[in-house]
Amino acid sequence: MSDLAYNKTERHEDLPPPASEVGVFGWLRHNFFSTWYNSIGTLVVLYLFYLMVPATLDWVLFSAVWDATSNQDCRFEGAGACWGFIDARLNLFWYGFYDIENYWRPSLVGLMLLVFAVPVLFEKIPAKLVGGVTGVFGLGWAVWAFGGLGQVASLNLPVTIGLLAFIGLITAGVFLRSPRSVCAIAIVGVFPWVSVSLLYGPVNVESLQSGLGIAVYAILFLAGGGFGYWSSKRLDALGAFLGYLVAYFVAVIVFLSWGFGLTIQPTNTFGGLMLTLVLATVAIGVSLPLGIILALGRRADNMPAVQMLCIGFIELVRAVPLITILFMAQFMLPLFLPEGVNFDNVVRALVGVSLFASAYMAEVVRGGLQAIPKGQFEAAESLGLNYFLKMRLIVLPQALKIVIPGIVSTFIGLFKDTSLVSIIGLMDLLLIAKSSVTDSKWLGLEHEAYFFIALVYFVFCFGMSRYSIYLEGKLHTGHKR
Amino acid sequence: MAEAAETQTAEPAKMQISDEVAIQINGMHKWYGDFHVLKDINLTVYRGERIVVCGPSGSGKSTMIRCINRLEEHQRGSIVVDDIELTNDLKNIDAVRMEVGMVFQHFNLFPHLTVLDNCTLAPIWVRKVPKKEAEEAAMTYLERVKIPEQAHKFPGQLSGGQQQRVAIARSLCMNPRIMLFDEPTSALDPEMISEVLDTMIDLAESGMTMICVTHEMGFARKVANRVIFMDGGEIIEQNEPEAFFNNPQNDRTKLFLSQILNH
Repeated sequence: MSDLAYNKTERHEDLPPPASEVGVFGWLRHNFFSTWYNSIGTLVVLYLFYLMVPATLDWVLFSAVWDATSNQDCRFEGAGACWGFIDARLNLFWYGFYDIENYWRPSLVGLMLLVFAVPVLFEKIPAKLVGGVTGVFGLGWAVWAFGGLGQVASLNLPVTIGLLAFIGLITAGVFLRSPRSVCAIAIVGVFPWVSVSLLYGPVNVESLQSGLGIAVYAILFLAGGGFGYWSSKRLDALGAFLGYLVAYFVAVIVFLSWGFGLTIQPTNTFGGLMLTLVLATVAIGVSLPLGIILALGRRADNMPAVQMLCIGFIELVRAVPLITILFMAQFMLPLFLPEGVNFDNVVRALVGVSLFASAYMAEVVRGGLQAIPKGQFEAAESLGLNYFLKMRLIVLPQALKIVIPGIVSTFIGLFKDTSLVSIIGLMDLLLIAKSSVTDSKWLGLEHEAYFFIALVYFVFCFGMSRYSIYLEGKLHTGHKR
Repeated sequence: MAEAAETQTAEPAKMQISDEVAIQINGMHKWYGDFHVLKDINLTVYRGERIVVCGPSGSGKSTMIRCINRLEEHQRGSIVVDDIELTNDLKNIDAVRMEVGMVFQHFNLFPHLTVLDNCTLAPIWVRKVPKKEAEEAAMTYLERVKIPEQAHKFPGQLSGGQQQRVAIARSLCMNPRIMLFDEPTSALDPEMISEVLDTMIDLAESGMTMICVTHEMGFARKVANRVIFMDGGEIIEQNEPEAFFNNPQNDRTKLFLSQILNH
């Protein structure tokens, strides 16, 4: 028998790793002091921290002036940040020039967004908990807001009842059998219109002013609903969808023109964080679905006309700076519109920002679509899935998962780009901050103002970034395809 | 080995074939641009038949079976599956795809769905089966391919052989009358090939109409009732397995068989 022959009959047991590889010291050694140049780097970074952190903390926290009535209170030797200024101007930063007695309206919109968005965004948090907690807080806050500001009187009784009944109804929806889908439907189908009504007030719908108009709407509503019902009885999904869609939009228009019967709050009073959030939320909400449609259109090789349209839109919008689009929406759109048709400034900015973001989103989504192997399309087709089902159930879930970082980057960029609307005179958070330091009482407090809004932007953008990481982890389902 | 296979084949092969036509391909041609991939394909498959298609790579085997469920479009001739002719009519294509299951070389499971969801997706959305029923059916098929315990795992957590068995179960969940296999074992480790072949043999014995593109000649001898040899986009020899392997007629077939059987 040769020396090379070998037969191992007993298997080696698994041993724990050596002590130098585990524990705090193992981790430190591996990550911070693994080589001599890594050690130097670590020490240099520590020294930089030592130089910067104490000084910053001193300015921001330890030497800061928390109470101030004017900049004079902050002008002494060794004074840090003058946070009293932010405190005094906080309402302006949050709500812009919105009427104080109506602050509850945007706050309620924000609250509703939270109630419905959190269960949709975080699977693990039960909707009932969110509904319960916000319900209690919301109720307490409502009592405080209405009672404290004496607003009950200014709202007539039917309106108050309608509003409360509405809030009660959708909150009850949260407690139903499938809260996540209820929340998702509410966010897509109800929340946008309610928000318009709350933020702005009743929308002037001229066609609803005459008896004839009302009759036409009523007929459309009944016809749409009837056709939808009839189609759903015949299991005609498309017909049912279209029928109910018509009825739904009629209902939306009628609802918008009622708008809870609130007073109109002109959009030129919108400002501050509220305006920034309105712009960002709408642009995010529009750009994702529109971007997906554009991306699918761009890849529709069998429909060259649709494809060209999508490519044209994407390339045109991406080739132009956002500022240009905003200027065009502001000054050139009126030239193309018929006499008397006038879009609101905020609406124009919304359209501009949303379309701009959609073009970028389309390219991000297209990147994801291209990463899906052909075999996935073929497997879906071989199982008999039609185009719509194939995209919705197989391709998009995977494609969007791949491009979550790209999507969120676009969202973050978009959130910050909303500050460009200050160019066309909208008082977003940045412009409010910029203009509030020109107040003679608070001259020379630019550091505080910009630090503060930087912090606000950071909170939102960092939040989105963390959420994308959470989502990636949640959707990770294995190692390879 | 040859004798053993023969004794195992004969009976089931002859028993279950009916004279009902499942697939009828007449004078079918296909081009990729200028390249003539399939040339005058004529093939009649009877219900219950198990056909093995073999041939060198690039001979058009995969393309031919992919034409049967319209993953590839043919440009001339006709393909009739279960009395439905494949044309550009999307309704016909969907109807055919519901009747024809397909198993791919690279499994093509949906990585974002669990094994169970992979199996129930098409029945629920295409056949409109209630979720609970679909899940029960899926579990019986997963038991049949011997991996019910993996139902709640994701495809990425399974071995290649297990994934391919899930892919077979996924196709079966649509209750197809015809199954197409496109080199189902070519991407598998040697140790996993037999588990997939066992599943396919089991399926063949149940009377399923099958067309398999494969180079597993042992499988062909064991279960096929007809072997088709393709080269250069044409069917150049077709025979019962015994005769095909023991007494090939065409020179190209002889060369091919000598190369794959004697190494």
